[in-house]
Amino acid sequence: MSQDRARPRTTFVVLFVLLVLAFIVGVVLGPVNIPISDSFFILVNEIPGVNLDGLPGNYQAIIVSLRLPRVLVGMLVGSALAISGTVMQGIFRNPLATPYILGVSAGGSAGASTTVVLGFTSNLALPVGALIGALLAVGLVYRISYTRGTTSTYTLILAGVALSSLFSAITTAMIFLAGPYEQHRVLFWMMGGLWRSSWTWFKILLPVVALGTGVIFAWGRDLNALALGEGAAAHLGVKPETVKKMMLGLATAVSAVAVSAAGTIGFVGLVIPHIMRMIVGPNHMILLPAAALGGGIFLIYTDVMAKMVMQPAEMPVGVITAFFGAPFFLYLLRQKIVGGRMR
Amino acid sequence: MKIEIENLKFAYNGREVLQELDLSIRNNEFIGLVGPNGSGKTTLLKNIGGVLEPRGGGIYFDGKSLHNYSAKEIATIVAALQQENQVGFDFTVREVVEMGRFPHLSRFERHDAEDHRAVDWALSVTDLEDFSDRYVNQLSGGEKQRVFLALALAQEPDLLLLDEPTSSLDINYQIKIMETVAALKDEGITVIAAIHDLNLAAHYTDRIGMIDNGEIKVLGEPCQVLTKENIAKTFGVEVEVKNAEPKDFVHIFPRRRASIN
Repeated sequence: MSQDRARPRTTFVVLFVLLVLAFIVGVVLGPVNIPISDSFFILVNEIPGVNLDGLPGNYQAIIVSLRLPRVLVGMLVGSALAISGTVMQGIFRNPLATPYILGVSAGGSAGASTTVVLGFTSNLALPVGALIGALLAVGLVYRISYTRGTTSTYTLILAGVALSSLFSAITTAMIFLAGPYEQHRVLFWMMGGLWRSSWTWFKILLPVVALGTGVIFAWGRDLNALALGEGAAAHLGVKPETVKKMMLGLATAVSAVAVSAAGTIGFVGLVIPHIMRMIVGPNHMILLPAAALGGGIFLIYTDVMAKMVMQPAEMPVGVITAFFGAPFFLYLLRQKIVGGRMR
Repeated sequence: MKIEIENLKFAYNGREVLQELDLSIRNNEFIGLVGPNGSGKTTLLKNIGGVLEPRGGGIYFDGKSLHNYSAKEIATIVAALQQENQVGFDFTVREVVEMGRFPHLSRFERHDAEDHRAVDWALSVTDLEDFSDRYVNQLSGGEKQRVFLALALAQEPDLLLLDEPTSSLDINYQIKIMETVAALKDEGITVIAAIHDLNLAAHYTDRIGMIDNGEIKVLGEPCQVLTKENIAKTFGVEVEVKNAEPKDFVHIFPRRRASIN
């Protein structure tokens, strides 16, 4: 363990405390002022077997059907974005590789806007369209940069940027073609926010994110080996292209589902992996769970801010994450330039 | 470990690189491969390491065909050191060397005493004990190469493949790496190394295989293989070869065409 790294145990204790606090803050704080004691009893009432009397019904509805699922969905979306960013940076050994660079958000937006213009009105149509668009975009990016059994990182990122602008053009065209109400729906989705969070979304996200991150955690050592380059990894018994394909597939699926639930929320997938790598080091056995917790915590807190800063109106959480993420990332970048190396 | 290579064929996109190559390597031998750029040294090493799939012929470890091993099994027997090595993130020396235990661990297994012992041994053989907490990316080229040698040794291989391990190092690190590698036969490790520097090859190896156009043209002790005639035929250059003490060491130096005034 090197001097300037936090001990894993300390880190996980701190992250766990922050997560518990995030849950409390997320449930207690909101545009409607609910006394802490009421929030507490309403939460206790949700424990199976507990049945308290005399709880204020309107508060109960707000906490149980709005705030609680919103905190849980925020946790899952944040974790999903941070995990997929960590995986993509890891397999491509490139600090810029994130779900967004590889086309998840542009593809998702194009898919979402297309379903709206095509006249699908069901609540699920837009997220399903987003999911298909995101998977299609990343699939294309990967297919284009895959030649003769390997993937060039530079081609991958350039293809991601190029295809993203193509998909953005599709989105713009769709918005242009749509009626005012449809335009509003698409724009709101693209802004990114957790206001659609519900128990249904929680039930959709939980299995995908849990299964995806579980498998990714189990491949932590393979990701470490890939940090030595494909050649060295192959001599350790890792099949580089198989592992890369599998990890990229899982990271894409997990982030695409997160994007379809919450729209495009920037910087979580880029900044959280970098911060966590600075704190705990690059060992994926520790980094992956730390990033999952960090991403979830970050999104819960920023979402509380999104709810609170412009009451009673709600700011898109993507605005808040970008306000924190972009300057911090630029600061990191500057540190690295001054330090003369990339972490 | 004894290695038998029979009629080995390999081609990249239809371009033949290895043509019915035969080579047999004795237990605990340090064998050098010399030959011009593009003669097939790296390709041969990658085939022996199981990273490339031969198009014909066979490779046998103590009589057992390489076909019968999984990628992970091969990595417990064969380790490799490449010419250029990079680490993607700020891993410490010890973390990188610990990755050498990868093939020995199942997916959910933690490092045990045996793994720690192997890592400590690899760090001590390569003289890196004092470096174990340093970041690999902050080390010099020569130190970094020793880290990757330690990584390979932590695999506890029976066979070590080296692909021009010293070609980008200064003479101090060249000698350090070669001394370390030459001592590995006492640990029961067979070594096959592609080496550009003929003098280094002559000095440290037990036998040398001269490879050209994907075939082993000559195989034998350094003084038998590194002759004026063989070097002229394979590399197309005129050199002087002097026999030197101790025993059968040879020195190779260019025959200058231009005179110095």
